[in-house]
Amino acid sequence: MSEKSLEISGLAYAYPDGNQALYGVNLAINQGERVALLGPNGAGKTTLVLHLNGIIPTMQGQVRVAGELVDSKNAESIKSVRHKVGIVFQDPDDQLFMPTVGQDVAFGPYNMGLRDSELNKVVEDSLSLVGMLEFKDRPPHHLSFGQRRRVAVATVLAMKPEILVLDEPSSNLDPASRRELADILRSLDITMIMVTHDLPYANELCERALILSGGVIAADGKTSDLLKDSALLKKHRLELPVGFSL
Amino acid sequence: MAALLFILVAVATPITNIAAYIAYFSLIWLALLTAKIPPVTVIKRSLIEIPFVAFALLMPFFGQGERIDFLGLSLYQEGIIAGAGIIAKATLGVLSAILLSATTTAREILRGLEILRLPSMLVQIATFMLRYLNVVTDEMERMRVARASRGFDAKGIRHWRVLANSAGALFIRSYERGERVHLAMLSRGYSGELPKEEREEVLPQQIALGLALPLLALTSLLISSLI
Repeated sequence: MSEKSLEISGLAYAYPDGNQALYGVNLAINQGERVALLGPNGAGKTTLVLHLNGIIPTMQGQVRVAGELVDSKNAESIKSVRHKVGIVFQDPDDQLFMPTVGQDVAFGPYNMGLRDSELNKVVEDSLSLVGMLEFKDRPPHHLSFGQRRRVAVATVLAMKPEILVLDEPSSNLDPASRRELADILRSLDITMIMVTHDLPYANELCERALILSGGVIAADGKTSDLLKDSALLKKHRLELPVGFSL
Repeated sequence: MAALLFILVAVATPITNIAAYIAYFSLIWLALLTAKIPPVTVIKRSLIEIPFVAFALLMPFFGQGERIDFLGLSLYQEGIIAGAGIIAKATLGVLSAILLSATTTAREILRGLEILRLPSMLVQIATFMLRYLNVVTDEMERMRVARASRGFDAKGIRHWRVLANSAGALFIRSYERGERVHLAMLSRGYSGELPKEEREEVLPQQIALGLALPLLALTSLLISSLI
């Protein structure tokens, strides 16, 4: 279990308009770890996430996924890294673009070269993992928001990624959907990075947490320890919900 | 496809060949009834034709050449023929479109187009349009509610400015959504082609069935012109 799923060293990035988002990020995540990535709005969380599968090209520093360097100039490398890192975006309507749930889940594995019965099996397995198998032939807009979020997770699981990255998984979910999603995520045996503002959710699901603030990793440790340190939270514009204590 | 062929045959027929038109109408209604589409639905959906009918009704009043007197109105004979032609042909076109849309889901039409080798880019665009139509109309509705709840009520020309701004905002939002969708597609290895569904083989019987309607129409045209 000591193998590294993700290693980032000295990652810095400035947007074309000169706005610098990352100032040298260093981190390593072991295989099978569930890590929460916390941080205020505009801390560079999304920018960091988009580096993980080469959507944003690395300008300075290195990103390694399962030991392999993400080289944005090399189409082969990009292709392989996109199979290894699965990103679940915030708005499921952005993620689910095919006419039916089943076709959408099939999209990733199809691009990886799976066909026919193999493809079908992957689709059904992934949908069963999130408890959505019976919705396979339904169009996404007939599902509830929580169901769509779960299908979005399945679309990414179908690619059998090394790392699952979730952008605000609990946003806009009602309490029951939030609970169901937590159960699903906990049942998956996979390295997971969860970008969130929902601190109790992070605490519930992730042993370890990172705080990204001002473009650097400002804290790295056990989630419950970080969340107990109210001075640290305050410094980085994070707050536990009123009345919640660890 | 069959619908298109049928329309082509119908449009190519001169309006003076009345027998052929009677045959066409009987054929399409027969097909509609076989497909168990309630006549009320068909009539309701045919209402889309009304603007053309109005235009066609005006035609006898303008034109040149021979005039005939009818109910005290003096009409141009050519106009009558052209007008009747438009009505008959438009009705046939609308009826076959109804037949197509009532028996075939949008997804199947897309798949059919793909089998008929429509360029994949066009099929992809149509697929996304199908998927995001609801999302965009929902967004439009939310914007309308947001306007209305701040006391906006679109009544006259003075409000067009606001509506135009909304339309612009909707366009930008949709454009940005398009970019996010594209990101999501790239993340899952998109390389310019959508997965093809495992399609069932198109059986010769199905093709024959599909061609039956246009062929019958063509036969009736030939027969009636020979008589």
